[in-house]
Amino acid sequence: MAEVYTSSVIGAPADQVWAAVRDFNGLPDWHPLIAESRIESAAPADQVGCVRAFRLKDGGFIREQLLALSDYDFSFSYSILESPMGVENYVATLKLTPVTDGSRTFAEWSAEFDCPPEREAELVELVGQTVFQGGFDSLKSRFGS
Amino acid sequence: MIKVRRSTVIDAPIAAVWRVLRDFNGHDRWHPAVARSALEEGRRTDQVGATRNFTLTGGERLRERLLALSDQDHSFRYTIVESEVPLRNYVAEVTLKPVTDGDRTFWSWQSRFETPAGREAELAALVAEGVYEAGFSAIRAAVERPSISTAPQAPAPARGAAIEGTAMVVERHGGPEVLQPARVAAPPPGPGQVRLRQSAVGLNFIDIYCRSGQFDLLTPPGVPGLEAAGRVLDVGPGVRHLAPGQRVAYACPPVGAYCSVRTMDAALVVPLPAGIDEETAAAGLLKGMTAEFLLHRVHALQPGETVLIYAPAGGVGRLLCQWARHLGATVIGATSSEQKARIARAAGAQHVVLPGEASLEEQVRALTGGRGVELVIDGVGRDSFPHSLAALADCGHLISYGEASGPVGRWDIGALAAKSATISRPNFGHYSDTPEKVAASTARLFEAIERRILRVEIGQRYPLSEAAAAQRALESRETSGSTILIPEATEDERA
Repeated sequence: MAEVYTSSVIGAPADQVWAAVRDFNGLPDWHPLIAESRIESAAPADQVGCVRAFRLKDGGFIREQLLALSDYDFSFSYSILESPMGVENYVATLKLTPVTDGSRTFAEWSAEFDCPPEREAELVELVGQTVFQGGFDSLKSRFGS
Repeated sequence: MIKVRRSTVIDAPIAAVWRVLRDFNGHDRWHPAVARSALEEGRRTDQVGATRNFTLTGGERLRERLLALSDQDHSFRYTIVESEVPLRNYVAEVTLKPVTDGDRTFWSWQSRFETPAGREAELAALVAEGVYEAGFSAIRAAVERPSISTAPQAPAPARGAAIEGTAMVVERHGGPEVLQPARVAAPPPGPGQVRLRQSAVGLNFIDIYCRSGQFDLLTPPGVPGLEAAGRVLDVGPGVRHLAPGQRVAYACPPVGAYCSVRTMDAALVVPLPAGIDEETAAAGLLKGMTAEFLLHRVHALQPGETVLIYAPAGGVGRLLCQWARHLGATVIGATSSEQKARIARAAGAQHVVLPGEASLEEQVRALTGGRGVELVIDGVGRDSFPHSLAALADCGHLISYGEASGPVGRWDIGALAAKSATISRPNFGHYSDTPEKVAASTARLFEAIERRILRVEIGQRYPLSEAAAAQRALESRETSGSTILIPEATEDERA
């Protein structure tokens, strides 16, 4: 089981950052890797259990299912149903926490997954840096760091 | 049930922060509110179930039990078993998390508890600010110290050797010309002392009173100055809060700051957090600590109050305007020219009153719907005092903290009954004469500077050897913002 943990500080109040990331169908609005996204079966994007199908800018196709969503905790969890990455049992959580000292947000994005041992280092780097840190960098350039 | 939650980001790796916080019996070494801590029944500091016995700096006693400790989660929980502060069913949790983006630490401190009816807000503020936020500032000052490991350090002086340096000496009471350069020697620090290499010295009006003889803080020949910043060279026995290489500052008697190296009592010397450079500290510590005790301790300024501030374009006045505005007060500045009014407005004053056809109190009444102001902060003295009283609202508070225009004179306190007015005549020394008071005051001040609530403006820099010219400029009101004096490196030091 590989584990990935990436965290950052974003220069805006947590409710504002949450408003930007809460939309399970909204990745193209803020994540630089994502070209387009839709929710299958015309489900609402905040219906737990809904599936988003999105295309990466490099052409890759991914399907992910919303496992949990909490407006109270500013967090959501999702699993990968289908992807070109070659991972199994992938579950990730994004969570925001207010930093009361200044109007900032502590953002955490973590994942667990199974993969062939020889690919673990490469996949941890891809998920932790390219996907998670890439998303945080985009939020930081939008909201400040 | 009250819930308090505070969090911050510390610019140090999680291991460095956890090393300090994990010690359940070590809070007296870093938290400004805790004077002494002892574990009961010989328990270990990381033994779950251990009880620590605190004496707070205010004298209150407190017993707290460790409920849970996790090195895996960088977290611990504790409960208050017995306390002279009425917090009931109090359970708190401290948790650290790594900020992988920048190798920093997110620190959350939260609790839930009950209080006697009517004291909820007061005790919630005590916990949130007096305990949690004060703790954040103290740890920040203790662990955010990249300068210690990365900055080149002067070689440790041979034990017992004095270090030569330069100073400016007041040879006799008089005008600026009595300030003369001299060689001085800083002896090795004795018990409780520290030896500093100073990089910036703060210039204050009180230095001029010391030189002229108006104040008796300096007996010639002597070195003036009450404020400076620099680096620790070495510490004497018993000094635990400072270490060689550390960046520090002070604003306290006795005089002697106008020099390049100094050996002095370490108790009131404070470490600087990473976000505050030495010049800013030398320029802003005395003025900032003054603003801190006036707005937070002599009077705890509340949102919605209106405050009248004299000399709002001056060094202390600007900080008062910035801070009072941030605290949610309506700020009225009283000054003498349109140019100074512009500075006051830039510092946060919503209104400025200037000498005109209407008296100051009439102008203030017009601005406050006839009510007057809840607070006046008056450093002018004789010329302003009657107007300050007249500008107060019923039950208002007048703080007279200086007498730039001369002594206030004798007043009949019976006259205060017309408004149920309160008058305070505070003295800086009584708010900054113990390490605990200085730690609490500077923690609040440094945080306000780091969060850009306060902006310390350095208007002039003079070489220390030109201190006479700097004092002349301050006396003739030619300066703007703070003035600092920079000690020159000697031939030996450059080598």
